[in-house]
Amino acid sequence: MNTTLTIARAEARRIFASPLAWAVLAVLQLILGVFFVLYLNAYSEGAMMSADQYMGVSDYIGGGLYSTANVVFLLVVPLLTMRLFAEERKNGSITLLYSAPASLIEIVLGKFLGLLSFVLAAVGLLALMSFTLIAGTHLDLGRIAVGLLGLLLMMSAFGAGGLFVSTLTREPVIAAVGGFGLLLLIWILQAVGQSAPQTIPFSQALSYLSMTGHFESLRRGVVSTEDVVYYLLFIALFLWLAVLRLDMERS
Amino acid sequence: MDNEILIEAQALSRRYGPTMAVSELNLTLRKGDILGLLGPNGAGKTTTMKMLAGCLAPTSGAVKIKGISLAEEPKLAKAHLGYLPEQPPLYPELTVNEYLRYCAGLHGVPRAEREDAVARAKQACALNDVAQRLIGNLSKGYQQRVGLAQAIIHRPPVVILDEPTIGLDPIQIREIRALIRELGHRHSVILSSHILPEIQAVCSRVMIINKGRVVYAEALNRSAPARVESVIVGLRRPPDEAALKNIPGVRDVQTLSNGQFRLAVAPQQDPREALAEAAVKHGWGLTELRSESKSLEEIFVELTSGDAAAAETLKEAA
Repeated sequence: MNTTLTIARAEARRIFASPLAWAVLAVLQLILGVFFVLYLNAYSEGAMMSADQYMGVSDYIGGGLYSTANVVFLLVVPLLTMRLFAEERKNGSITLLYSAPASLIEIVLGKFLGLLSFVLAAVGLLALMSFTLIAGTHLDLGRIAVGLLGLLLMMSAFGAGGLFVSTLTREPVIAAVGGFGLLLLIWILQAVGQSAPQTIPFSQALSYLSMTGHFESLRRGVVSTEDVVYYLLFIALFLWLAVLRLDMERS
Repeated sequence: MDNEILIEAQALSRRYGPTMAVSELNLTLRKGDILGLLGPNGAGKTTTMKMLAGCLAPTSGAVKIKGISLAEEPKLAKAHLGYLPEQPPLYPELTVNEYLRYCAGLHGVPRAEREDAVARAKQACALNDVAQRLIGNLSKGYQQRVGLAQAIIHRPPVVILDEPTIGLDPIQIREIRALIRELGHRHSVILSSHILPEIQAVCSRVMIINKGRVVYAEALNRSAPARVESVIVGLRRPPDEAALKNIPGVRDVQTLSNGQFRLAVAPQQDPREALAEAAVKHGWGLTELRSESKSLEEIFVELTSGDAAAAETLKEAA
């Protein structure tokens, strides 16, 4: 456990010691800021809609903005996960971990926890952006919090998927592209399942496995255990695959 | 000095697809030994070291560190290891202090002792001047030293160094050698190199690997005089070969040009004194008398350059 935390701390330090993380955060904040303004604009223009269609501003933010944010995160998380193993392998620094008294599980968990520090920073910045509305309106904080929890889970799942792809190669760029491909594939499984439910076998299972569907309830402000467990299992699965992969590499 | 066995490898083999990188390698290292691993490029030195350090699982065979199996209890076994791979495993975005602190933590140095461990390692590798600098900005030589500091920070009984002096200037090489020799007092060191004088300068034992096989493994005794293998003698009025052959200790005589002879010496004997006496007594006119012993370099070239079959016979002869 101690080893895991030591690795996690060093990983977090390295993520934030590199300009990459700051550049990614800055770009994220800019893009999400633009979307934030667009959503607010759309909200203020739609404010005259009839009472039964009425949506609160929290719905707009918690639902709309956070869904968009998910897509943006999908694009940037592989850029950070590529560092975790692929870049270390390329630099040769991975030997430090291999020759240290640390099990593969500790290494993978440590790396993942270190990555979570970045996830928290990204989600935290988005949260701060949302909270600026408190000054001018009544925000449904519970609603926003559930949306942020959803984002956090989603991004962690992205991180776990990207981490696994990162263990497959020694080229950071391939790790980034591969991670992006894997995440997008899982993301669009739902579309595959829904496009032709008759012709594609297991279409229901496919759409159930897609990440998109499980964000839906959280987006609507409902914490459903089923969906939370889905993300946790997703993370566990890919971390476990990463451990298996590293074990294969050594033998 | 007690003779505790610190690292023991039995029948270590590693296969990469169809090529056998290392086959049936046995190795025992006792406390206080400095073992030099020699071999031409691609001989399997790095693969051997990776396996000893637990970074690569052997295809067959087993490694024990302080009697703990590396395969069965890797965490426990690796706690006794320090490893500097060919390419030092550094994080360029960290400062030397940050990096060494992390390494200390990773190797299980308790929090309270970490600062001491870092200070000690910096002292040993002369890193105090660059402690606050980013590793990525350091010169290759300093980076190598940081890598070395990383390998010894937790004071492991076994230190494995893969080409530790590569990329260093002559002064740094001397310093690193001195450091390795000093390490040898308290730790056991395995180091690889293809620089022969380096091995001769620091190692107490040498092992030559060629094509994945051990072809030579001997103690290097620097203090004792080198074993005399043959004697070159120059005589102004040479007798016939039979007369020379009668001198005790001479096994065989080979005539060279201009009254020069090469005398093969029987094992454990030195005929030089008897030769000089005989030359004076019979008035042969001694002009030259010197011993020839095989240097490590000659042994190395002999064992690694010829074809594999020749190496095999030499191995059996040794």
